[in-house]
Amino acid sequence: MSTLHTVNKSPFDRNSLETCLRLAGKGHSVLLLEDGVYGAMKSSTASGMVEKAMSDVTVYVLGPDMKARGVDESKIIDGIKVVDYKGFVDLTVNNDKVNAWL
Amino acid sequence: MSDIKKFMYVNRKPPYGTIYAWESLEVVLIGAAFEQDVTLAFVDDGVYQLAKGQDTSELGIKNFSPTYSALGDYDVNKIYVEKESLEARGLTIDDLMDLKYEDEDDDWAEKDSIHVVPAAELAEILENQDVVFSF
Repeated sequence: MSTLHTVNKSPFDRNSLETCLRLAGKGHSVLLLEDGVYGAMKSSTASGMVEKAMSDVTVYVLGPDMKARGVDESKIIDGIKVVDYKGFVDLTVNNDKVNAWL
Repeated sequence: MSDIKKFMYVNRKPPYGTIYAWESLEVVLIGAAFEQDVTLAFVDDGVYQLAKGQDTSELGIKNFSPTYSALGDYDVNKIYVEKESLEARGLTIDDLMDLKYEDEDDDWAEKDSIHVVPAAELAEILENQDVVFSF
């Protein structure tokens, strides 16, 4: 079953993203939002973990939350897709279920 | 058409520092009361919820850990603990409460509710759920 995983905490504060990536299935989608957007950034101590996971899952990041935090698209790991709120809704309806990692 | 859905409750917080663990238990019991197919997972610090020997008498708050022992009576008997989380904390299944249920399909034989499973197996269990609640 297709699943959308949402992560809204920084990987430097909580292990939500790490656990999400450990338990997400092949072909699932992961959306980084709110403070979770920091997990989408290049050249951090968390980016290797995200890049590795991208062979199994598709990673998305919420544009408005990036913009609010001054995170430019050029700072995002290659292959991560930036979505707007409409894209967030599409991800929600196009997956069978949502797993919101707290 | 069946109205029964597979409900998974993922618990990732320790028991007394926040209200998450207790709230999860309340929602689990609600799901069970509505006769849904309930499964519980304990991951990360959530494994501490099942620790033996909890005693909150000096905190003045309720020790809700005995409630986990009652889950079997509500047909909640699929309890999965992630092996990696347990090992990372230096714990083994012997450090957890001994949760049992009586299997009505097997002459009411007493069986273990808790299963320690590696991440890959837990991922498959999550895959097969209809709804996931995170606590």
